[in-house]
Amino acid sequence: MTFLGMPVHAPRGVGNLRGDESFPAAARTALGNAQLRSNMGRATATIRAKRAAVVAEVPDWEELREAGRGVKIAAMADLDRLLVQLEERVTAQGGIVHWARDANDANAIVTELVRATGSDEVVKVKSMATQEIGLNEALEAAGIAAIETDLAELIVQLGHDKPSHILVPAIHRNRAEIREIFLREMPDVDRSLTDEPRVLAMAARTHLRRKFLTARVAVSGANFGIAETGTLSVVESEGNGRMCLTLPETLITVMGIEKVVPTWQDMEIYLQLLARSATGERMNPYTSFWTGVHPGDGPQAFHLVLLDNGRTATLADPAGRDALHCIRCSACLNVCPVYERTGGHAYGSVYPGPIGAVLSPQLTGIEDNASLPYASTLCGACYDVCPVKIDIPQMLVHLRAKHVETVRADRRTPTPEAVAMRTAGWLMSSPRRWRLAQRLSRAGRLFARGGRIRRMPPPLSAWTRSRDLPVPPAETFREWWVRTHSGSDSADSGKGGTQ
Amino acid sequence: MRVALFVTCLADSLYPSVGTATVQLLERLGHQVVFPPEQTCCGQMHINTGYQREAMPLIRRHVTAFEDADAIVAPSGSCVGCARHQHALVARRAGDDTLADAAAAVASRTYELSEFLVDVLGVEDVGATYPHRVTYHPTCHSLRLLNVGDKPLQLLRRVRGIDLVELPDAEQCCGFGGTFAMKNSDTSAAMLADKMRAIAATRADVCTAGDSSCLMHIGGGMSRLRTATRTVHLAEILACTAPAS
Repeated sequence: MTFLGMPVHAPRGVGNLRGDESFPAAARTALGNAQLRSNMGRATATIRAKRAAVVAEVPDWEELREAGRGVKIAAMADLDRLLVQLEERVTAQGGIVHWARDANDANAIVTELVRATGSDEVVKVKSMATQEIGLNEALEAAGIAAIETDLAELIVQLGHDKPSHILVPAIHRNRAEIREIFLREMPDVDRSLTDEPRVLAMAARTHLRRKFLTARVAVSGANFGIAETGTLSVVESEGNGRMCLTLPETLITVMGIEKVVPTWQDMEIYLQLLARSATGERMNPYTSFWTGVHPGDGPQAFHLVLLDNGRTATLADPAGRDALHCIRCSACLNVCPVYERTGGHAYGSVYPGPIGAVLSPQLTGIEDNASLPYASTLCGACYDVCPVKIDIPQMLVHLRAKHVETVRADRRTPTPEAVAMRTAGWLMSSPRRWRLAQRLSRAGRLFARGGRIRRMPPPLSAWTRSRDLPVPPAETFREWWVRTHSGSDSADSGKGGTQ
Repeated sequence: MRVALFVTCLADSLYPSVGTATVQLLERLGHQVVFPPEQTCCGQMHINTGYQREAMPLIRRHVTAFEDADAIVAPSGSCVGCARHQHALVARRAGDDTLADAAAAVASRTYELSEFLVDVLGVEDVGATYPHRVTYHPTCHSLRLLNVGDKPLQLLRRVRGIDLVELPDAEQCCGFGGTFAMKNSDTSAAMLADKMRAIAATRADVCTAGDSSCLMHIGGGMSRLRTATRTVHLAEILACTAPAS
């Protein structure tokens, strides 16, 4: 794939963008987990209601969304210049910028940087980019322990689990499960631990405080990188991020290249959009900004790793590139009826839900995540809530077409689905053939028992497993029309036409 | 007004009563209905499954069939959504700008039934009588692709004898999603189960909606469970005048 400087997809064998099985198969397993269904249903309903309430308070919400979209479009069109500007500004203020083509590059760069400090431990701010590239696994392989400090990420890490939501990685766990994980994995936890949220939070706080005070290296992601000033930003709710960004001697930030915004002023748009869309809060609790290094204040070494990992390849597709506008608020996950029922693990990628279904296949190349664009009913709820107006349904349809065209180009014989689609298209592209097909489908009446069809052979069995099919009628609409609206097929309706 | 009926392939083949009800309703309101016989299917299933190449002849056929019509009405939010939001886009991506322009022109005169009644004809009371307990499911495409809002409810509220009850979590998708119902049948069934539970909670005799496809899904699930609730298309309720039917 890497010839003539063509943009490359995220490589296989590293990171967390690909699942072990297709979405339908993974979803089947997840749907069988009643505890998961109940946890997800309750959690998403709560966040949905909170978001709806605070968004309704903003009179210019639609204008804000339009502005958020506009700035992202402009930034992506100017990405090459903005990234160089960001590098210049960061470097001028004492930071060091590294360019990582993919997950392997980024993991190697970060591992070397940590090694150079002599530390065998890093504290981490919750970050999607480092989850995407599998940084924790890479560090562990190099003998470096990565400690997640976000409460939910800590729960996931201690539970030897994977995140299932962009913002609330442990959304699939309830309080009782979290208590069990803490009792099992925190050696010095008070054994009388209850499942009260405050008690659980305080246990995590005690556990983490020691780490913050001793850690010499921190690793973070970035919500925004401001090209104009060379400022990086992390938006978080717990203050753990603020600790990581200020206490250690060395700070290493891994940022996807699409997180760059042109100016400081752009933050006024995104900070309004993000907090309300993400957690349903009016204002975000801990919003950190840092620019280079300053003697006697905060980390004395700052490294920024700019990560591509399939982003340039995504940018190359005009009908798919808007997926790069995502600000990781998760509003689309919380409203998605599919995500709500299957949870995030079924998507196989750190980016689940509707945005994951359009982002993951573009980062990896469509064939490595071919089932994801189909993991949606195209109900459109995601588009309605997206703070930067990413038309996810339209993009899902586009990616499905891309998949079908890729399969068509790769295979010598068409798939059964392609044959069925082609046949249906052929029958429907002539009224004469269509009438004939309708007449033939009346044979379906033979399958009817008691006015319904309960069982059909594959592939229709996928429908009749849980739903009856209607019995084809004795007369189609067009036959009725010809019979009642006399004369030729195209006869106008005479009766009742009083106008 | 002379109205061209875009009956949709599903109503034509499996739910002819939805087509006949639409014709009877529009005729009762004093309009002349024509049925361009060249129409077959708008190609939505092909487009949404990724088969845009196979959809092109269907888009061409649809545009040719309705090119001369002043107003085109369909008893489906989804099929109107396809004509309005996808036909021109697919044609343009295939490099056929002439078809794309023609498709956009046809789409601009195409209306979902409740839009046509309320926005174009300015009618809310269509003179219907329907003495049943009814709950309304707003289909995703009518709600979010066409933004029909509460137009179907405005029409239903004026039906004589109707006992209209609100559906809990009405705006949640029923899980149909075209070929999604087959490709992701387990997830689809899980969504349907929740929708059926919400419908059961209304104790309605009838669940109505503006799309035969979603009703086929909901109705198929309820038929399997042998629930007492039936699915009836919005057009059929609005066409109803005799209390007995």
